[in-house]
Amino acid sequence: MKARVYNTGLPIGLLVILGLGWEASVRLFEIPPYVLPGPLQILKVMWQRMDLLAAHGLVTLTEIGLGFWVALVVGFTLAVLIHSSQILEWAFMPLIISSQTIPVFAIAPLLILWFGYGIGSKVVMTAIIVFFPIVINTVEGLKAADPDTLALLKILEATPGQVFFKVRIPQSLPFVFSGIKIGVAVSVIGAVIGEWVGAREGLGYLMIHANAQLQVELVFASIAWLSILGTGLYGIVVVLERLLIPWRHRAASLISES
Amino acid sequence: MNKRTGDPLLQINDLSRAFSNGKDKLQVLQRVSLDACEGEFIAIIGPSGCGKSTFFNILAGLISPDEGNIMLNGQKVPHLRGRMAYMQQKDLLLPWRNTLDNAILGMEIQGRHKRWAREQARELLKIFGLEGFEDHYPQELSGGMRQRVALMRTILCKKDILLLDEPFGALDAMTRGIMQRWLLKVWGQFGPSVLLVTHDVEEALILADRIYVMTSRPGSIKGSLSVSFERPRRITQADMVDCKKYLLELLEEEITVGQP
Repeated sequence: MKARVYNTGLPIGLLVILGLGWEASVRLFEIPPYVLPGPLQILKVMWQRMDLLAAHGLVTLTEIGLGFWVALVVGFTLAVLIHSSQILEWAFMPLIISSQTIPVFAIAPLLILWFGYGIGSKVVMTAIIVFFPIVINTVEGLKAADPDTLALLKILEATPGQVFFKVRIPQSLPFVFSGIKIGVAVSVIGAVIGEWVGAREGLGYLMIHANAQLQVELVFASIAWLSILGTGLYGIVVVLERLLIPWRHRAASLISES
Repeated sequence: MNKRTGDPLLQINDLSRAFSNGKDKLQVLQRVSLDACEGEFIAIIGPSGCGKSTFFNILAGLISPDEGNIMLNGQKVPHLRGRMAYMQQKDLLLPWRNTLDNAILGMEIQGRHKRWAREQARELLKIFGLEGFEDHYPQELSGGMRQRVALMRTILCKKDILLLDEPFGALDAMTRGIMQRWLLKVWGQFGPSVLLVTHDVEEALILADRIYVMTSRPGSIKGSLSVSFERPRRITQADMVDCKKYLLELLEEEITVGQP
């Protein structure tokens, strides 16, 4: 309980202190708002332009959400295939890894060209970024099954399907969730880059637009919204993890032999 | 209590197995022969590294022997898989399954309906001293309880042969004593033939109808001893002390021979 209070209280406290320092500096050094607005100014804009920000935020959220699901389905399927066959692992893994060395920025214009100015190109962009940690972690998780447990299943005459669903999948879940958490954290990047390169809506588009018009407060307000979206999504994943992997969070209670 | 009647259920003849590591060949088992009758409790003791686990892995069909054969009811079989249940020192409980669902793993794999299997398991909770713990995950149970869940999973497979590979080796002496009494109770109730591997002479004497002593590597059968005392037995009984002395002498020879 105490840890929980510290866990939420301390970061909020730190944020408030940093915000106060920022506000004080802006006032003290008389920095013009078109260079760096103070946090109070940004909060004011966030309140005043709520409708605008929410509308664009919803677009970005949709892109992230769809991209994330595509990445999860493709990533998980690919991981299962890679795990099922050594040949597929040899064939796919080097390509998957080297694909990550290509900066998404470099292919963003191409994706716009292929998938259009609309939501499609951003979904693909997000999926490309998110899919990598999911594949890598899921493959790792599927391999993590304890050899003695696998021998037990063999002795019990389990079919390959039973081994897969009764041992490999549950064993891999914590790994899958590690991948999903990393994926969620970076998913915002994919959507925003897509919107920067070419879009008519979304928080990334709004930022570029506001920046061009020297509405720096609105740029910051968009950034704040993106951060809230990312943190919120991460929170949802953490809650889902607790629901789906309940055995991991049950603390070992001290039960004496009766 | 000695149930040796008629033809043996299980006959193991001249089982040998070597492992090669590059150029070196390591003979682990050398013509191991033993037999077990229906419902008989057999203990196998031997110095560590005598190939006891290799022997069980052959019976379980995880590795194949170089020579020798296994006869079940007078029929030659490649291994005992499908006819036996196997329990090891590690409980191998699945951390994502609670007590009840861990216990029914074997039944589930045999294709039993989950709900039916759970009902069967629920009826046994009391015998295994796990009442009230059916919804607990393994990490919430003590070592002795976890081992009882593993024993329950083994029993619920409903096989006529149990292979127990040092099942209580990881437990403290007190808990081990309790677990041995559990095992006898469960054996009395379900009546399978048991092959128990242990390095603990007292454990073998308290539990078994017959005890085989193995030599150090390459493992073979050095001798056997029938124990016909009434159960429950006390290790302090005069005749038990004599048996213990006899077995320890056999083992000690092996340990001195085994030393380089």
